Amino acid sequence: MADAAFRVEDQTDGSKRVILTGAWSLRGVQNNFSDLREHLSGFFSNPFTHWDLSAVEQLDSAAAVMLWSGWGKHVDQRMTLRPEHTALFNTIAALPPAHSLAAGRGNLMTPLRTLWDGYLDFFSHLVDFVNLVGGLLLELLYILRNPRNIPLKEISANVYKGGVQALPVTALVSFMIGVAMSYLMAIQLRKFGADIFIVNIIGLAGIRELGPILMAIIVAGRSGSAMTAQIGVMRVTEEIDALATMGISRTLRLILPKVMGLTLVAPLLAFWTSAWAILGGMLAAQLQLGISMEFFLDYLPRVVTPVTMLLAIFKGLTFGLLVTLIACHFGMRVKPNTESLSASTTSSVVSAITTVILVDAVFAIITRNIGL
Amino acid sequence: MSEHSIACEVTGVWTQYGTTVIHRDLNLKVYTGEVMALVGGSGSGKTTLLRHIIGLTTPSRGEIRLFGVNLAQLDRDGARQARNRFGMLFQQGALFSALTVYENIAFPLRELRQFDEDAIHLLVMHKLALVELEPKHAWLLPSQLSGGMIKRVALARALALEPELLVLDEPTAGLDPDRSEKFVQLIKNLRKQLGLTVIFVTHDLDTLVGMTDRVAVLADQHIIASCSLPELANINHPFAQNFFQGVSERLERTNKWKIAPTP
Repeated sequence: MADAAFRVEDQTDGSKRVILTGAWSLRGVQNNFSDLREHLSGFFSNPFTHWDLSAVEQLDSAAAVMLWSGWGKHVDQRMTLRPEHTALFNTIAALPPAHSLAAGRGNLMTPLRTLWDGYLDFFSHLVDFVNLVGGLLLELLYILRNPRNIPLKEISANVYKGGVQALPVTALVSFMIGVAMSYLMAIQLRKFGADIFIVNIIGLAGIRELGPILMAIIVAGRSGSAMTAQIGVMRVTEEIDALATMGISRTLRLILPKVMGLTLVAPLLAFWTSAWAILGGMLAAQLQLGISMEFFLDYLPRVVTPVTMLLAIFKGLTFGLLVTLIACHFGMRVKPNTESLSASTTSSVVSAITTVILVDAVFAIITRNIGL
Repeated sequence: MSEHSIACEVTGVWTQYGTTVIHRDLNLKVYTGEVMALVGGSGSGKTTLLRHIIGLTTPSRGEIRLFGVNLAQLDRDGARQARNRFGMLFQQGALFSALTVYENIAFPLRELRQFDEDAIHLLVMHKLALVELEPKHAWLLPSQLSGGMIKRVALARALALEPELLVLDEPTAGLDPDRSEKFVQLIKNLRKQLGLTVIFVTHDLDTLVGMTDRVAVLADQHIIASCSLPELANINHPFAQNFFQGVSERLERTNKWKIAPTP
């Protein structure tokens, strides 16, 4: 097959005659229709040009569409066609034009529409979240009455995956932050000769704030995203429906173990995180201010009262619960396409971190008189 | 174009995963313009062979030529041009789930960078009409489609670049008999309209009898026979014999004893 080509002949009446030859088809790998269109554009715009397609070896829809658009979307007696070409052009002419389908896609009302959709979306999230929490409470009541059905294995698996496996990364991150904070504070405190208060700052900040918050952020990034993606893919592949068919409650078997496992392990993880932050701070304090580790540890209990520890435990529990609830919530909303899966996973992590920090601020205000 | 030019030629292909041999010295020729069915038991390596043919995987040994060229030996641009000459219909459709039907079909056309949006619109509508879908279906997402529609849209996408060769993996699997009959008709019509060469894998005997010119039987790690359906009777192999039983019943019922061109 020859590539698509054309030649131009002058006719007796002074007009041009464009004769197309070769295979006007995408099958000719050398054919480039954007180039051809450009070369022909002068003839397209001239209403007296005659077109001869009788020498064309093959005309496919792509070439036909290109020519038809160039001719101003109609075929008249200037064109010499073969019968099969006429049929093809008739088919193309009968296709629905772009504007007939694009109606309603973008007009003045679009911004309002977007706002309204956002408002509805927020409510659907709220309803789903309430549904999720309600379902969880019902399942809790159920397993209190039927303790044999507690999904112990799954809970333990989640404790391991969300808690034990998170130990190294939380330790590393909080140790580094402890070191950085201690160095920063040491320089400020030395100016006032208040070196000893490094223990107050590192101890209180480490246990009250850094531990729970860092833990929540890392868990949201590590386990929260994994939970959303897992539940999401299980929804897409109908595994959740398969569970339901076997008469197994998805809330009991999928969501409850995640929520319970991570909520239980979160305070422990928060303590672990705090401990490493304090260790980092202690090390930096010794190097920068010459405060020995023995003195630091000796003085620490006078600053960090038991009520502060209780507060940290409570914070850990709350943050763990929030992160898992949000992760499961977004997981259950994944629709069966790749875009929705990635969007839900992102939303899950972002919402979890934002919520945790918001709740932490509220906590800080409420408990400003406790243990300080 | 001569009558018997070769669209696809597989010579001496071996596929090995570790010590498992899937294809042993496998040879196959598909001629331009014919519909070739690839049949064989489950796990006999039909889909693997299809994936070799379209260049998704390379065999351990041997050579595969599509339109006289070996895809593996081409440079990037050459391979891309060669790949535009065939379309593949995957078993599950493999539509891009984040894109609408319209965007799915427009995708290969846009990648070509030869058409403006107006032309792309017309071409997408043309392909939709070819596979007998309505324009309003263009804005649906793949998750909103039924199984039969997914296959049609996937076929429309495979046809977007006017391929010479269409490769179908289980085109009618998961469709009810009525739909699969319609799908077979659709492919037959398209073949007539567009002059396609078709290679397909199927387990469905009705599809096979409805569409195929020649059948290649994959058993014992190689092609034991490639011939027209009635000629299967002469093949002395348990799988082929069993298979022919089912085929001949259908052939008699539909009275479709036609002699395919055996080159």
